[in-house]
Amino acid sequence: MTKVLVPAGVLGLGFDPEALERGLSAQPDIICIDGGSTDSGPFYLGTGTSKYSRAANKAEWKQLMQARAKAGVPLVIGSAGTCGSDSTVEWMYQITTELAAELGQSLKIARLYSSQPAERVVEALDKDRITPLDPAPEISAETLAQCSNIVALAGAEQIGAALATGADIVIAGRTTDTATVAALPLINGDHAGGAWHGAKIAECGALCSTMPTSGVIMVEFDKTGFTVTPMAEGARCTPHSVSAHMLYENSDPFQLYEPGGHLDVTAARYTALNDRQVRVEGGTWVPSDRYTVKLEGARMAGYQATIMAMLRAEHYVKNAREWAASLEAFVRDLISTRMELGAEDYDLEFRLIGVNSVFGDLEPKEGNPVEVGVMGIITAESPETCSEIGKLINPFLLHHPLTKEEELPSFAFPYSPAQSDRGALYEFCLNHVMELDDPMAAFRLDVTEV
Amino acid sequence: MAKLHDFGAKARSKNAGPFWVTIDVFCNSATAFEALCPRIQNTVVADLFKVDPSSLKRFEIAALNVIKISVPRPTVQGSRFDRDMHGAQAAVLLNELDLPA
Repeated sequence: MTKVLVPAGVLGLGFDPEALERGLSAQPDIICIDGGSTDSGPFYLGTGTSKYSRAANKAEWKQLMQARAKAGVPLVIGSAGTCGSDSTVEWMYQITTELAAELGQSLKIARLYSSQPAERVVEALDKDRITPLDPAPEISAETLAQCSNIVALAGAEQIGAALATGADIVIAGRTTDTATVAALPLINGDHAGGAWHGAKIAECGALCSTMPTSGVIMVEFDKTGFTVTPMAEGARCTPHSVSAHMLYENSDPFQLYEPGGHLDVTAARYTALNDRQVRVEGGTWVPSDRYTVKLEGARMAGYQATIMAMLRAEHYVKNAREWAASLEAFVRDLISTRMELGAEDYDLEFRLIGVNSVFGDLEPKEGNPVEVGVMGIITAESPETCSEIGKLINPFLLHHPLTKEEELPSFAFPYSPAQSDRGALYEFCLNHVMELDDPMAAFRLDVTEV
Repeated sequence: MAKLHDFGAKARSKNAGPFWVTIDVFCNSATAFEALCPRIQNTVVADLFKVDPSSLKRFEIAALNVIKISVPRPTVQGSRFDRDMHGAQAAVLLNELDLPA
């Protein structure tokens, strides 16, 4: 039997400290938390940085390091620093060593690195050991070389290897959402389907309960399944709240692919033990013939600048689409004659906030907005070109008339300069798995004592 | 015509990784679930997002009274033409869709 305490769905979003205390009193065997996801976009993997502030990370990690010392059990973070690149593992390690000094804790820390050198992935591609998932962008040695970061998602085997070092704290780079929670129950010989299923239920903390923001839940794994208990006062888990979590951020609610196999919960049974605990059995683990890990990669896709104006005059609000189309044609012509740039050298798009900025051509509704925001998005190969295009557009975004016969209008610019240089744009360019002979072949462990 | 709300249902959406958006239609009763399963056809949903109907994944989960439809993202998350980083507004198209009463 293994008790896993999950303080929250992610480090940086907060949790209920009283619920954490209650969790510690229930004597967990391990404390696991997730540190990341791709959900905030490609910028974080592209730059190898964290989405959450250092201050939030440090404050919450401090609480968890204190909890770990009190419980005397390992503390594990997966996908450290949002993207789980080697750079964010180092970032988290630095925070941890600072806190160890501040708290006077002596620690054994294992760092698990998930970053992949492009050469390793190119070699795997050459050997036919890269398989596209659906839908996957086309990749080549060139695409891979262009990635500023590639990570592989570690599974339970790699987390297990980190735990086997006897570390007090494991700081893992990119892992699957479930790997940190599933690892110890699997090592202890608990039911494999139950281990993965319970890990999926627990990966977002108390999101599987009736009090999602309380964060803390406990999952008890055993030989036949698992039991989930929320730790916050008044929080309840019900068969519905628990089973509904299989829908979350999952394109398939019954099958979950992991390194080394997949979880199938088609036959799972969710039973209320009382008004707050749920017992789950019946999930099965189906091992695969090949051991594969999923890859994520991001590469730079040019630079961007944005420029913003607000239309409030009724004539322009009513005719915003025609006006934006006319403005775009006018400035494209100027960009061609004054900057000698072809249409293939840049992208320019005016999104109309209040008209269809969320859905674009998919927007079925027409409304009568009071005002319309005009967000110009410029993409080009260099920041200088973006900035120059922004400056070229600026006076016309301010004064472009709907027709030649009317008074020159002036619109509202919300700030000066109207233009914001956004820096580099990144894009996700991998949705593939890589086959490994040995789970640790693409991962690296580093153990230190502080 | 009627909306999801009139049947006692509500849709939510979210990315399922950078290449998919998944929409869950939560029905508040078995009656609503049974009424909506035939009304929310894959072709209708595919048309909302201008994707091939055969590319959708569909799950009718009677135990939860949920219809789950996963759509390959028309624009990859965070690419230059993406307009909704988390895919969270996609459900609005379904919530506002006119369905046979």
